This record gives sequence, structure tokens and C-alpha cells, in this order.
Amino acid sequence: MAAMRHGKYRFLAGAILPGLLLYAVFVLSPYAQAFYLSLTDWTGVSGEVGFVGLDNFRRLLDDRLFLSALRNNGLMLLVVPLATILLGLLLAALVNFGGRRGSTGLAGIRGGEFYKIAYFFPQLLSLPIVAVLWQFVYHPNEGLLNGFLRAVGLDALAHAWLGDPALALSAVMAVLVWSSVGFYMVLFSAAMESIPRDVLEAAVLDGAGRLATLRRIIVPLLWDNVQVAFVYLGVLALDGFAVVQVMTAGPGGPDGATEVIGLGLYRSAFTYGKFGYAAAMGVTLFFLTLAFAVIALRASRRERVELS
Amino acid sequence: MDPSSTPVVRRPNRRTLLRAATIGLAAPVLTGCVTGAGDESSTSARSETSADNPLGVPEKAPLEVVVFKGGYGDDYAINAEKLYEQRYPSATVDHKGIQKVGEALQPRFVADTPPDVVDNTGAGRLDLATLVAAKKLTDLTELLDAPSLHDPTRKVRDTLLPGVVEDGTLDGKVYSLNFTYTAWGLWYSKPQFDRHGWTYPSTWDGMLALCAEIKKAGIAPWTYQGKYPEYLNDPLLTMAAKAGGPDLVKAVDNLQPGAWKQQPLLDAATAVAELAGRGYLLSGSEALSHTEAQAAWSQGKAAIIPCGSWLEAEQKGVTPDGFDMVMAAVPTLGAGDRLPYGALLAASSESFLVPAKAKNPRGGLEFLRILFSQPAARRFAELNSTLPSVAGATDGLTVSSGLGSVRAAVAAAGANTFTYRFRTWYAPLAKAVDDATGELATRRVTPAQWADRIQRAADALARDTTVAKYTR
Repeated sequence: MAAMRHGKYRFLAGAILPGLLLYAVFVLSPYAQAFYLSLTDWTGVSGEVGFVGLDNFRRLLDDRLFLSALRNNGLMLLVVPLATILLGLLLAALVNFGGRRGSTGLAGIRGGEFYKIAYFFPQLLSLPIVAVLWQFVYHPNEGLLNGFLRAVGLDALAHAWLGDPALALSAVMAVLVWSSVGFYMVLFSAAMESIPRDVLEAAVLDGAGRLATLRRIIVPLLWDNVQVAFVYLGVLALDGFAVVQVMTAGPGGPDGATEVIGLGLYRSAFTYGKFGYAAAMGVTLFFLTLAFAVIALRASRRERVELS
Repeated sequence: MDPSSTPVVRRPNRRTLLRAATIGLAAPVLTGCVTGAGDESSTSARSETSADNPLGVPEKAPLEVVVFKGGYGDDYAINAEKLYEQRYPSATVDHKGIQKVGEALQPRFVADTPPDVVDNTGAGRLDLATLVAAKKLTDLTELLDAPSLHDPTRKVRDTLLPGVVEDGTLDGKVYSLNFTYTAWGLWYSKPQFDRHGWTYPSTWDGMLALCAEIKKAGIAPWTYQGKYPEYLNDPLLTMAAKAGGPDLVKAVDNLQPGAWKQQPLLDAATAVAELAGRGYLLSGSEALSHTEAQAAWSQGKAAIIPCGSWLEAEQKGVTPDGFDMVMAAVPTLGAGDRLPYGALLAASSESFLVPAKAKNPRGGLEFLRILFSQPAARRFAELNSTLPSVAGATDGLTVSSGLGSVRAAVAAAGANTFTYRFRTWYAPLAKAVDDATGELATRRVTPAQWADRIQRAADALARDTTVAKYTR
């Protein structure tokens, strides 16, 4: 018996260690090296590296563009997860319970499966492609959006969406929400399907309206999913690099209006040849993301609702 | 044509995507090399020099050439490599035509195992100033003083167009030699102008009068590549340089206090702001990419667009037949100008360099001597309808309307060409200028505010002790 147990551990170690080793080499060690690089003035082409201590981080505080990047990422962190989750919940609820009320309670909308696929579709496109597509939509003269506004007589609302500092960030955030909402709708939908019908029927029998059912019963039952979605979307909002790089003036403009940390990092490293400084931005982003994840998970902790 | 591959010195990175996500990985992986780089010195093999082999190329040494394969392809380089193999039959040439020069060569520079010749061009190129500061490049003076291949009575340096040697000079030494010659100006379609009876003006007042006429005809007078406001900088800075002369350009490049507040710069900024103020810019231009703006211009929605001489090649696929574009010099601001109307903002690009730790640096220099000879340059011009930086390389060639106008403009400018260096020296300042000009063209800042904010950026840069400074 003891020998067998011994063998089991050897087997487990043999199965896990190679993976752990790969993880250490390709994930942990690069992180460690990025931390080291952020304390240097490495140019990216030289073998010589000068240690500069926390100087790179001190410079970040005076970097006007980096500060607007922080502000923009912060704003995206507030808006993108919230908008995506609310929309996702709403759409999922419509698909699952939006139909005519049957005798047994709540019913799904007709063609629900079709909507799920339609909304999920953007998820299949890579973000740069999404960005290119939306660039056409936002085209000031031939774009779909302005074309629509002009067609319905709202000429005054037509704008150079990506060229106006007041609108560019919102335009970018809308694209991020558009591209991710389908996935979360499907995720929430799947979770909703696992809610026992009798719970819902009981709510209906008690005379709960649709909104009350959604708020009081359905959302609490899939809170775990919402929490996970929030963390994922937060990480997405802290990035935003691809969309901004492809879509906006500058890129990152107009006048830094859509600057994000990832973009500044990329520019510092590959355009300015300041890899040390770029690494400092990367390390900052790492801690911001980590802090966000911890806070989000703690703040949204709730008592688990046990079914059955 | 693939827009990002057009070899322009200062084209922004616009299509490289999603790398921020991986840089956390990529940069540190390279660190392995940072600390691992050996101090093994380069074996700069050389053989006896002779009239036939003035640079002392070791005849059997292999040569490795890495070329940016962008809008110009790499056939012209392969052609030059064949000439090299003819001269040195026992040498083998290893050719690589690639697109992301920086990505491919950065680790090799770090590890001190670079190729012998590099065409450091394209959106992903390595920053020249950074390479020089890290002492990674060979001084090309010896090549410039060697006899030219097609005319041994002249030195290589004397066969190049004005400004080419200066363009590759940093800290008094020449580190790169640019193969193509770019002039910047304003473009229009000659048949369109003829049809409406418009004449291209030589002064800014004339330009405003013309714009009024164009607008009356129901066409937007100007458009510009709003997503990359640097395109609109070019006419602005050109006007300022013509009015203020070489001293103004020098003051700007040398980060002199108050340089951006010189009157000609303010006047030029006012001129550009006026285009916007009078509604002479195609509406929405500020949100257009370079391809979108240029397409609108090619479709006749706007009459004039600022751009460099690569425009014709870049628009090849979308220009309607009979459009016959021409490039003209930027009008002058006024009577007090220090340079004539024909003066051009011109610079060379497609930057060739020989790494300091190359295995066969003599061969690298010799390859450049071949490439910068008239037959090789002429072949390039034939293949790409672009002006090479070798003087007279297109003489006698029948060329297209656009290239013809560029050739004529360069000839008319003569020695009156100038270029700003701050873009290559101080990339962050270039970004500050681009941002400010973008705001100027949308009238969100006044010319005075435009000058103020750029001056602040320039002053901050001048104070920054971590940035290597250059003077001219």
C-alpha cells in the first residue's frame, strides 16, 4: 500500500514537473527579467546595461502621455466591464426568458439560438480585424455610422468620431464592448440554463415581475460568472493596445486622447529604443492588473447561494 | 501597395499589432542575451587594396546582406549582389529580404553577430541614434572617399545628391547611406487643374486665392492624412524654413531656447490654421488614415494633398487613368523669404548601414559602393519609379508624370534643399510636434499655443540628461 502511494507521487511529479519547468522558463523568468530591466537604461540593441534604480519609475510620474494613458485606462476600467456585463446579462435574459410567458413560467425567445450565434460572432474575429472594420464604420465621410445619421436627418450628430478628442475614447470603448459582449452573453446564457425551473416558477407564482426575477433570483444565482467576467473584462480594459494602435489618430491621439499604457510601452521600446523605460511601464501595468484582480475578487465576494 | 512598407524615414508604426501583450515576454527573453553578450572583437579581415579593390575586400569572404523588402521589393538589391559576385567570383552572397528588420536584427546586434550590410528601413526599423550611441555601426567615411564604381575619377561622396551624406551623419561621422531620395511638396492632378483653368501658385496668398476658387467649384481645396498629422507638418515646416532660412532649421534641430517661437514658424502655423479656418480642408480629414485621405484625393474629392515623393508609387493601384499627378514645391510665405520658391524639403531614405561587428565589413562597404553606382541605381529607378540618391541616375530614362515632376523639382531646387533632423534625433519631440499640428489643423489650439506646447516639449528634452544630444 505504502509503495503504491509512493509510486503515485512519483507519477504525479513526473506529470507535473515538466509543465512547471516550462512555466518557469517561459513565464516566470521573463517576468523576473522584466523587473530587472525596468531598473536599467537598456536600449534594446546594446549588450551594455546601466543600472539606474527607480529612475525610470520616477520619470513615469512626469510623463504627460503616460499619465493620460493611466487616466484613459482607468476610465476604460470603469466603463467597459460594467457596460459589457450589463448588456450581456440583459441580452442573455432576453434570449432565455424574453419569450411569451408559458403556463409553466418563463420561456426563451423564439430563435434564441440564432441570436446567441449572431452575438457571439464578433468573438471569432481577432481584435485587430475588429478594429479595422470599425475604422470603416467610423469613417467621417463614407462611414456607416455617419451615413446612417445623415440618412435619418441627424446630420448634426455626424462626427469625425476617431478624430475628435472628446469622442475618440468612447468610440474605442464601444468597439471593445461590441467585440466582447457576445461571449459574455453566451456565458451568462449557459449559466441561466442551469437554473432549476422550479425556482423560477416559484418566483412567478409569488407574483414576481420579470425585472424583479432577474435582479433578485437570476443574477444572484450566477454571481460567480459575473465576478469572473468582471476580472477578465478589467484586464481587457487595462490593455486596449490593438484597437487604439489600429484605429485612432497618432496612434494614441488625437493629442493623446486614446493613449493607453500598452501603446506607450510599445512606442518607448520599439520606436524610441528605451527598453528599460518600457519595462518600467510594463511592471507598472503588471501591478495595476494584479491590484485590480485582487480588489475585484474581494469587493465582489458574496455569500454563495446554494441550490437544492 | 502595402502602405506600411513604403520606405519613408519617418512613417509611424501603424500595423504592428498586439505586441504589447507579448513584450513582457519578448524584452526579457532578450535580456538573456544582454548579459550573455561576449566581448569577442570583430575579425575585420581585409586584403591588399588596389585600384580595382580600393576597399581591400577579402575575395573569398562570404557576404550577408539583409534588405528591407517593402514597397520597393528587393530585386534591386539582388541585382547589386549579382554584380558583387561578378567582381568576387569566389565569394558567396547570402541574401535576406525581410519586413521586420528591427525584430529580426535586434537580438543579433545585442549578441554582436550582425550581418555585413543592413537596409534598416520600414516601420519596424531600429532607431539609428540608438544604434550609434551603442557604437554598433561602422563609420562609412572610407567608402565615401573611395572612387566611385562608374566614374573612378570621382569619389563616391561626390556622386550623391545634395544632403545624402549629411542625412547619414551623426556626431560628425557618417553611419548610414540612404539609397532613395525623397522630396516633399504639394500634389495635384494636372488634368484636373487644366480642366478648371487653375494655376498652381508660388506664394501663400496665391494659394489662398486658388483655394477660394477651388471651393467655389464644389471641391475641397485640400485634404491631409489626418491620422498621421506629420504629413501636414511637412508643408508647415517647409514654409517656415523658406522664410527663416537654414538658421531657423538649425535652431530647431539644436534645441535652442525659443526656437519654436521664431516668427516664421508662427507665420507658417498661422497659414496652416487659416486653411482650416476658412474651411479649405476636406471635412473629416482629421480622422482619415493616409490611405483614406489619398484615396479621397485620387477620387477628385480634394484638389491638393501634402506628401512626399513616394506618393505616386503608393497610389499606383487606386489612381484613375489620366490622373497624371504632379508634385510642386510648397508656396512661400512672403516677400522676405530667405530661400526661393523652388527650395525643397528633401531627404534621403532607405538607410543602408554596415554593423561595427560585421564579419566582413570590407565586403559590406564594397557592396554599398556597387549599389550606389549609377548602373545599379538606374536599375532601381526603372524597377520602382522612385528617385535614387545617386545624382543623374535617371538621366535619359522615360519616367511617369509624378516621378518626372519630382525629378524636375529636385533639379530646380539645386543646392536649395534642406531637412530637419529632430525627427531622427529625437523621436519623442517628433511625436509632440505631430500631436500639436493635429490640434492646430482642427483649430483646437491657436498658432501661439502650438508653438508654446512644442517649445515646452523641446525644452524638456533639452533638460533630459538621459537623451544623447546632437548638433548640426
